[in-house]
Amino acid sequence: MQIFSCPFCGPRPEPEFHFGGELGNHRPAPDCSPEAWAQYLHFRTNPRGAAEEIWLHIPCGELFKMHRDTVTMTALPGRALGDQP
Amino acid sequence: MTARRLPEGGEVDRSRPLSFTFDGRPVQGFHGDTLASALLASGERVLGRSFKYRRPRGIWGAGTEEPNVYADATDGPRFHPNLRVTLEPARDGLDLRSANSSPSARADRLGFLDLFARFLPSAFYYKTFFWPNWHVYEPAIRRMAGLGRIKPSSAPLPDGDQRNHHCDTVVVGAGPVGIAAALGLSRSGESVVLVDDGSRIGGSLLFRSARIDGMPGANWLAAAEADLRQLGVTVLTRTTAFGIYDHGLIALNQRRDDGPDRLWRVRPRRIVLAAGAVERPLPFAANDLPGVMSAEAALGYLRRQAVLPGLRIVVATNNSSTDEVAAAMTAAGAEVTVVDARQGRRVARALGRRMVTGVVLEDGTRIPCDCVLVSGGFTATVHLHAQAKGRLRWDDARLSFVPEAPVAGLVTVGAAAGHFALAEALAALPETLGLPDVPVADSAPYDITPLWPRPGQPGRVWIDLQHDVTAKDVELAARENMVSVEHLKRYTTLGMATDQGKTSNLAGMALMGALTGRSIPEVGTTTYRPPFAPVPYTSLAGPRGGSRMNPVRRLACEARHREIGASLGDYGGWLRPAHYGSDDSAILAEAKLARAAVGLFDASPLGKIEVIGPDAAAFLDFIHYNTVSTLKPGQCRYGFILAESGVVYDDGVLVRLDDHRFVVSCSSAHVAGVHGLLEEWRQDRFPAARIAIHDATAETATLTVSGPKARATLAAAGIDADLSDTAFPHMTTRWHGSGEAALRLTRVSFTGDRSYEVSVRQDLAPPLWDRLAAAARAEGGGPIGIEALMILRAEKGFIVIGKDTDGMTRPMDLGVSGPMKAKKVDFLGRRSLFTDEAQRADRNQLVGLLPADGFGPLPVGAHGIDLSGTTPRSIGYITSSHPGAALDHPVALGLIERGAERHGQEITLHHLGQRRRATLCPPCFLDPKGERLHA
Repeated sequence: MQIFSCPFCGPRPEPEFHFGGELGNHRPAPDCSPEAWAQYLHFRTNPRGAAEEIWLHIPCGELFKMHRDTVTMTALPGRALGDQP
Repeated sequence: MTARRLPEGGEVDRSRPLSFTFDGRPVQGFHGDTLASALLASGERVLGRSFKYRRPRGIWGAGTEEPNVYADATDGPRFHPNLRVTLEPARDGLDLRSANSSPSARADRLGFLDLFARFLPSAFYYKTFFWPNWHVYEPAIRRMAGLGRIKPSSAPLPDGDQRNHHCDTVVVGAGPVGIAAALGLSRSGESVVLVDDGSRIGGSLLFRSARIDGMPGANWLAAAEADLRQLGVTVLTRTTAFGIYDHGLIALNQRRDDGPDRLWRVRPRRIVLAAGAVERPLPFAANDLPGVMSAEAALGYLRRQAVLPGLRIVVATNNSSTDEVAAAMTAAGAEVTVVDARQGRRVARALGRRMVTGVVLEDGTRIPCDCVLVSGGFTATVHLHAQAKGRLRWDDARLSFVPEAPVAGLVTVGAAAGHFALAEALAALPETLGLPDVPVADSAPYDITPLWPRPGQPGRVWIDLQHDVTAKDVELAARENMVSVEHLKRYTTLGMATDQGKTSNLAGMALMGALTGRSIPEVGTTTYRPPFAPVPYTSLAGPRGGSRMNPVRRLACEARHREIGASLGDYGGWLRPAHYGSDDSAILAEAKLARAAVGLFDASPLGKIEVIGPDAAAFLDFIHYNTVSTLKPGQCRYGFILAESGVVYDDGVLVRLDDHRFVVSCSSAHVAGVHGLLEEWRQDRFPAARIAIHDATAETATLTVSGPKARATLAAAGIDADLSDTAFPHMTTRWHGSGEAALRLTRVSFTGDRSYEVSVRQDLAPPLWDRLAAAARAEGGGPIGIEALMILRAEKGFIVIGKDTDGMTRPMDLGVSGPMKAKKVDFLGRRSLFTDEAQRADRNQLVGLLPADGFGPLPVGAHGIDLSGTTPRSIGYITSSHPGAALDHPVALGLIERGAERHGQEITLHHLGQRRRATLCPPCFLDPKGERLHA
């Protein structure tokens, strides 16, 4: 069981979290091309190694950003959605 | 019948005898025995049958590595399959049955199978039983082969117990090195948990002589036990550390005398692996005969339980560890012959049919004996290191894989690190653990010469005792090019099952290496995965079984429903009345009652998510398919929420209570999903918006009154609001009363009849139910369950999302295309509605279906078929089907290709080999003009 760190609640066990998607999959403009829309809906980078992701901490309901390594399974502390970068 | 209990010595308490049965025969033992030691002392040699050939087998080892003997145990009303006899203390009254035997290990009916062994090589089953297919033969073969039995009549096992624990260090293995590490780390201020799978700590000190810090090992152990207590080290015996998981979690399974197994989830800062080593067999023909035992295990049985394994013993070895074994057996009165490969003497084969009666050496010498104690050297127990993704290195001097370097948070010490001599193991502690002060031991150095199975060795040389894999099977695998170690494992099953090849893997790799011209490290190891040893499911599940697995949500009025005989069922996670009374003929009667007079329905699980704030209207305009911002306070609007794919995700009535406050009424099963969706888009797309989202579903009960007498029922229940259609029209909401007991009345209909939803704080719902139920009865109606409601809504053509829609259904397919064309602002899923796929003309669309063949209701799931081509083609399917309540015929809804333009046409349906005919019609069977809403 992994330990993730919610930026609001601190380190908590994995079952409290829900994957929210890859960071940076921005919603295209309403009049975008079908290809751009398909890219947004269906295509993911699914990286091996370093990944930037969105996670949801279910008990507090907050989405946040997290850097995770899909090989070593290390997870850096989460950052609030509004934090830069 | 040659193993026996010595009259004195050992740690057994001869003043406390006990007895249990094995294959129906009584076995005597003492307190301090394991089941294995008591069985051994009883003199019985054949204690199990092998997995495949049903060869007679006896005890090999003394711990988790035991490959041969395990038993199904009946303990009072409870039944435990595959009890590991080497680990379980002997207990009075147990009834054991040997594995893989019928009727008993001693006289197994299928023992003849071994005669056919030459016809049963690896993969024989898959190569032979493939016509017409394997599944025809599988049940019979499994009955013959399986490990353990399941007994459905067993009393349920008690729930397992679970603990979470944090500490500085977990030390795995309480042999002398583990104890020394635990003492040293505890003295330096760390909190330490010391774990051992034996019933006592001490490891080899419990049966090997040693001198530590100038005193006998037993004295040092006694002092260390006192020190551990005094330092407050948590000592867990009969506890197996079986797995390392992500982020430093180590899982322990503790077997307890006074209760079910306990799972420990421990997160230490560091793990010290002192798990020791496992002795390997030697490769000679018939090395699986009962009476051929691990020398190390035999020394343990002799010194701990005073069991002498034979009177004429051959000690066959390739290393120095057996020196003490031979001396101890001699001292206990046995006649001992040592066959040491270091002196060039090797056993070629064992003699005997049901148990060993002698050995023949490679030089032809015959030695009669009743027991062969074997040591092929030691394999370091590196499992947890490897599970933690630690790399292994082959040690050519010690002939074992050992950890190459520590991994983060885990360091390996003692025999597990390849230090098979105690002095060497303790001497390494200061460097590996940074401990200043460790005990010093005197011990002989470990000396070993290679003795691996050789290609072409005569006779049947067992590699894996548990899965009946011989050297010839490994040779077959090599011939068929299964030369990768992972292929070897899967092809021959070498290293599978409960012992996971603890005694056998290395010999298999060595032989495969010899066959393919590779060294052992070039062959490599299979992947180490948890669990290290079998763990009961009850322990892993803990207390989360049964109703605690996924607890149902309960209605505030549940007691009221039970009082009037409701049949309750799980609907979307809520325990709800399906109907009232045990007979499901009540369903149609309830639906008819609601059509004729009035039905009272507990609609509390209906979603009630409040969206509050000045920006709420703009936010919901984005979320909803329909326009929300044009809604006036007090008004309601039915609509959809789409997924970004354009598929209808949920439907429901949106209520605007005032300018800045909305209630999203979602389907009861979708509340969590819709709430999550709202939060996701609020945080992601509207981060600065002034919006609060609150799920008020659980705190608010809703009772729905529906039917021609609905208004009269409300009035009779004392709700004295102006309920006239001008003051309170359809699709509006209003408050009645004030303060905590205020009722929210909402006039929406899921039945097609005049309906009122009455919402109230949930704890105030039962008295409101009483008033409404009494009033409904006085008006000629009564309570209805959710099954009756399903009939009512289907007659009116109202859909249930996920039942009457699927993962392709877009709003236009349900006949709702207005917002797509007219809505000015962007909304969730909008772009997907303009794709080629969404605009296809031949999409499946919602229709009504009526039987056209004079038979009863159409079956749900029946496919419409197009018979114009060479083969029938599906053109959609039926999603809901019910008998009529107001109508005198059954009704059905379905998703049918081009359905909207085919009203009036007849189609053929196909279901489970039968054909039906149905007429397509608009998806509304009752009152299309909506006059009943105002009746």
